[in-house]
Amino acid sequence: MKLIAAMSGGVDSAVAAARAVEDGHDVIGVHLALSSNPQKYRSGARGCCTIEDSHDARRAADVIGIPFYIWDMAEEFHENVVENFMSEYKSGRTPNPCLRCNEKIKFAAVLDRAKNMGFDGVITGHYARTVDTPEGKTLHRAIDPLKDQSYVLAVLTRDQINGAIFPLGDTQKVDIRIEAERRGLAVAQKPDSHDICFVPSGDNAGWLRDRMGSEAGPIVDQDGKQLGTHKGAYTYTIGQRKGLGLTVPTEDGSPRFVLKIEPVSNTVVVGPREDLAVSSMRGERAIVCGPEIAPGSHRGFVQIRAHGAPLPATYSYADGFLTAQLDEPLLGLATGQAMVIYDGDRVVASATICETA
Amino acid sequence: MSIYLDHAATTPMNPQAIEAMSNALAIIGNPSSLHADGRAVRKYVEDARDLLAKNIDCAPSEIIFTGSGTEANNIAIKGIFWERNSSRSRPVVITSAIEHQAVLEPAQWLVAHEGAQHIVLPVTEDGVVSLDALQLLVSQHGDSIALISIMHSNNETGVIQPVADVVDIAGDIPVHCDAVQSWSKAPLSFKDLGLFAMTLSGHKVGGPIGIGILVLSRGIDIPALIHGGGQEREIRSGTVNAPSIVALAAAISKSNYSAHDVAALRHSFERGVERVIPDVVINSADVDRLPGISSVTFPGTLNETLLLLLDSEQISCSTGAACTAGVHRPSHVLEAMGLAEDSVMSTLRFSFGATTTQSDVDDVIAALPKVVERARSAR
Repeated sequence: MKLIAAMSGGVDSAVAAARAVEDGHDVIGVHLALSSNPQKYRSGARGCCTIEDSHDARRAADVIGIPFYIWDMAEEFHENVVENFMSEYKSGRTPNPCLRCNEKIKFAAVLDRAKNMGFDGVITGHYARTVDTPEGKTLHRAIDPLKDQSYVLAVLTRDQINGAIFPLGDTQKVDIRIEAERRGLAVAQKPDSHDICFVPSGDNAGWLRDRMGSEAGPIVDQDGKQLGTHKGAYTYTIGQRKGLGLTVPTEDGSPRFVLKIEPVSNTVVVGPREDLAVSSMRGERAIVCGPEIAPGSHRGFVQIRAHGAPLPATYSYADGFLTAQLDEPLLGLATGQAMVIYDGDRVVASATICETA
Repeated sequence: MSIYLDHAATTPMNPQAIEAMSNALAIIGNPSSLHADGRAVRKYVEDARDLLAKNIDCAPSEIIFTGSGTEANNIAIKGIFWERNSSRSRPVVITSAIEHQAVLEPAQWLVAHEGAQHIVLPVTEDGVVSLDALQLLVSQHGDSIALISIMHSNNETGVIQPVADVVDIAGDIPVHCDAVQSWSKAPLSFKDLGLFAMTLSGHKVGGPIGIGILVLSRGIDIPALIHGGGQEREIRSGTVNAPSIVALAAAISKSNYSAHDVAALRHSFERGVERVIPDVVINSADVDRLPGISSVTFPGTLNETLLLLLDSEQISCSTGAACTAGVHRPSHVLEAMGLAEDSVMSTLRFSFGATTTQSDVDDVIAALPKVVERARSAR
């Protein structure tokens, strides 16, 4: 097949591209420039898309022996990922920009462009597996549970999954580094990226304050009694305990947690831990990744964070909405997070959480 | 084998230059040494300088060997500026809008660090520098101009600039000319042009990479950028690169470049492109151009996509413009000519040279329809 390998400059995507070449595919390496004002160097595990990263990607492509290009997707990334990140926070939700990037950039803009140019698909270094079925490919967890990235890929439609190739899903991360070393790839020991790539400081709240200002507002309890003042509602997260700066203690001295963020009134509502408990959730913009979901209830697992545990649940799908009833309540779930349904290790569907109860 | 249509980026090295360089690499001696070994190498270097001076139509002593054309431009622009503006009375540097980065960046550096005022001359929609604008600037700024730098021909469009007229208008103001693209492809005489300084580069004429020439009028002293042993009129210190100089002289004296043949190949290419992609635009087609450069706009495409697809077909060409961190930027040359942004981002440069054949041209024409169709759907 003729394939585009998305190469970040890290070890995973480099090995993924090398494996695809070894499998006999005709591969072209592409580095996505996602920042219109890239930093020269990366600092540790934070940030990406620095000029140094693009050099690392180019060097890896040269060692593998494939053509290499840089695609400027900075505008698309800003519009679809960065602006969405801000507007979601503004609406009191907690978005995951990595999912958004996979949905709108890596497996949409890049895959579309690749297909129109006559390529058959896109290779990435994500840790996930696909399985061929008569109805097309299905998406599954990687065998390395610590690295599994199926959660952030659960926004892919069937067509997108059919155009995606994940050569690393069957390997432990530690072995990928050894393989990179053996292949002579200088990125073998490069640290993994963490956090949000466009917030290189790792300080999401500070980043948001810099861009959206920090309009102070009340922190109230569930009865509406003001307990303190916050510096911008969107810099708080459901379940947050630290950094609230409350001056009125609770009667029994128990800690308070952020229960709710109300963007319109710019209010943060706090309360006791037990009120964080959520036992059901509803998600909008549902994407079914594999076979159609039959009407009615089904047993499965729901995961609500990239590296969260799969929680046993009963779920159903109708009219673009996913609902899930958890067997055991869960503490601290924010709207805007993605709920991903699994059937064993297979990704069934995902949706953006819009209601919890 | 790839089809190499990027001769404006760098040329294949002339086989006779490779031979001359290999032979020279085997000879020991620093041309600045006084002993017999040094003298022997110095003889080769000075023979080469004589030969090159004849070709350029300058005095041998006017040739200063540098490490690149970029270095020669930096020495000329910064050096002339410092010399002329030593009493802070002539801070103005004039360049055209379509100069290479190796001219624009030194000028901008002078603005940022040395208090220069950089005035950029506009060009016509065909990409020819505006003499009227220059006339006006010279009459307005007169004595405050340190230097004027205008290229001999443009690297993206091939358009030949009216350098002799620029020198006329400039009068006593020094004129530097970046003639990297024109050398050995268009008539070029340092003396006849009446220039103060001129830049040339080895690897654009079948010579090696890593050798450039600054031609600087006799009797002119400018401050050096690189200080050391005082080689090359104390303007460019550093051990003289004898093997590359010998190879460059061989590339020039035994040049296999025929302007007539290259012009015929470009003509065949441009007629072919117009035949298979009827809505293409050949930029600057109606003005005097170098024989080997063709700037073609393919409406409805992105040039970086075209480049990738042509590369897949083993065809090497260029967007002509610089990259910032590998990301294509709109060409400042085409922008200065007033092309719409869409046109700028859908323009490719094909450049032909001594080793280009008719079958190369035919293969590109055969590949283009499919490539353009795919690029249009990927836009």
